[in-house]
Amino acid sequence: MAQVTFNIWRGEGNNGSFKEYTTEVSEGMVVLDAVHEIQIEQAPDLGVRWNCKAGKCGSCSAEINGMPKLMCMTRLSSLDLEKPVTVEPMKAFPLVKDLVTDVSWNYEAKMAIKPFKPRKPDAPDGTWRMAQEDVERAQEFRKCIECFLCQDVCHVLRDHHEHDKYIGPAMLVKAAAFEMHPLDVENRIPDLKNEHGIGFCNITKCCTKVCPEHITITDNAIIPLKESVVDEFYDPLTKLFRIFKSKK
Amino acid sequence: MSQTPLPLPQHLPKPSGFGRTNRTDVWWLQPIIVFIGLSTFVVYSTWAAFQGENYFFDGGGASYLSPFYSPVIFGSEGHPWFGGKPEIWPAWLPFSPALLILWAPGGFRFTCYYYRGAYYKAFMSDPTNCSVGEPRSCYRGENSLPLVLQNIHRYFMYIAVLFIGILAYDAWLGMWFQDASGVEHFGIGVGTIVLSINVVLLGGYTFGCHALRHIIGGRFKELTKHKAHKKAYECVSCLNKKHMLFAWMSLIWVGFTDLYVRLCSTGVWTDWRIF
Repeated sequence: MAQVTFNIWRGEGNNGSFKEYTTEVSEGMVVLDAVHEIQIEQAPDLGVRWNCKAGKCGSCSAEINGMPKLMCMTRLSSLDLEKPVTVEPMKAFPLVKDLVTDVSWNYEAKMAIKPFKPRKPDAPDGTWRMAQEDVERAQEFRKCIECFLCQDVCHVLRDHHEHDKYIGPAMLVKAAAFEMHPLDVENRIPDLKNEHGIGFCNITKCCTKVCPEHITITDNAIIPLKESVVDEFYDPLTKLFRIFKSKK
Repeated sequence: MSQTPLPLPQHLPKPSGFGRTNRTDVWWLQPIIVFIGLSTFVVYSTWAAFQGENYFFDGGGASYLSPFYSPVIFGSEGHPWFGGKPEIWPAWLPFSPALLILWAPGGFRFTCYYYRGAYYKAFMSDPTNCSVGEPRSCYRGENSLPLVLQNIHRYFMYIAVLFIGILAYDAWLGMWFQDASGVEHFGIGVGTIVLSINVVLLGGYTFGCHALRHIIGGRFKELTKHKAHKKAYECVSCLNKKHMLFAWMSLIWVGFTDLYVRLCSTGVWTDWRIF
């Protein structure tokens, strides 16, 4: 057992500050365990959202030593415990209390994406035929647990507050999952350019770095979508090629 | 279907301010390394491009051409396509064969998705690193001029693919050495290896390009219905996973290749023949 100091953000709305807590930790503990210890022993009013403790529900997103992480998946052994460990709420969303943020904006942003629209059924019984390999490409994006750490680390939302112009990496992953699905026939590309602000992404790859599900957000979702926008809006040769192809 | 406008949440936390972060790791190291690496390359390649000489080495019957000068469209060394400096070239404008071609690989790298992310961080602090505060409150991203021009990347990629063919031919020429009677013999010198590694690394970088990945297969929703595209997509995707590694290795090696040819050409280094 060792004594470790935690600096935990306490406050509501735009008011708050770090408060220091010292607690005993043992081998195998994660940050969420330590926060619960502090909540039980010293701060029963400490606000913290959590659920599965298995890295699958995406509830306990926070910033640990300045980096967006899931508290339940961050082992204390991975941190330098000689120095105080800072735990603070995500910064891209309004603070509710202490470590709890209001992430409801993400669900509203998700509603702005055109839903999945399958082509006409391939068989008379109303079923479709598709190759497993073709679906697999989009299945990577289905791993998203909606922890919104990628939204939090994205500087377009975090530092520039462009929430009304840019849907963020998590929602671009949703859009990519639809766009790359072999059955989908909807065209979301104009929306991605004009309404969802894909051009705001400047490919810093921070979203990929913090994703607890290791989704290759930038390379496999955002850049292919950016290239699809180029196809439709910035590449005259591709446009010409399509015109001639459609006339055949 | 009318689109729901994106809402703007109220009471967002204030941005932390330039350079402010609670990160405890050495977050400043990566942008500094990128800044030094890219700056060094830009300074050296600009200097080398303006030299206009010592870009071709034919000592000992060798035939090594610097990749900064290949292909030589007009020039005094190597095997220029159209002879020496054109008559119409203005006298006040410095001439170098490299200036006629370097815009293409330069533009390819400048608009590359990997380099964009890297230099936005290192040179523009946009952001300096992940979850580190920024110096500016205004941000337009790649939505408007000038950065919307980054979308030209695929056109540079088309040219870069042609350059790989030209550089591969240069590496092939580097395998033939002329004896005193003018007869060419197959051989390998250190320069041959340098030129060959250069084309392999540049190929690894160019054929792992994100735009190429999209064009060659990524744009298809049902890739299994396009067998040749599928195979090509898998190959490009494989290289794409190492795009950053190839970006740096090819950048360093192309600079070194020019340096090697230049130092051999000026007699500072001797090109050793292996056989």
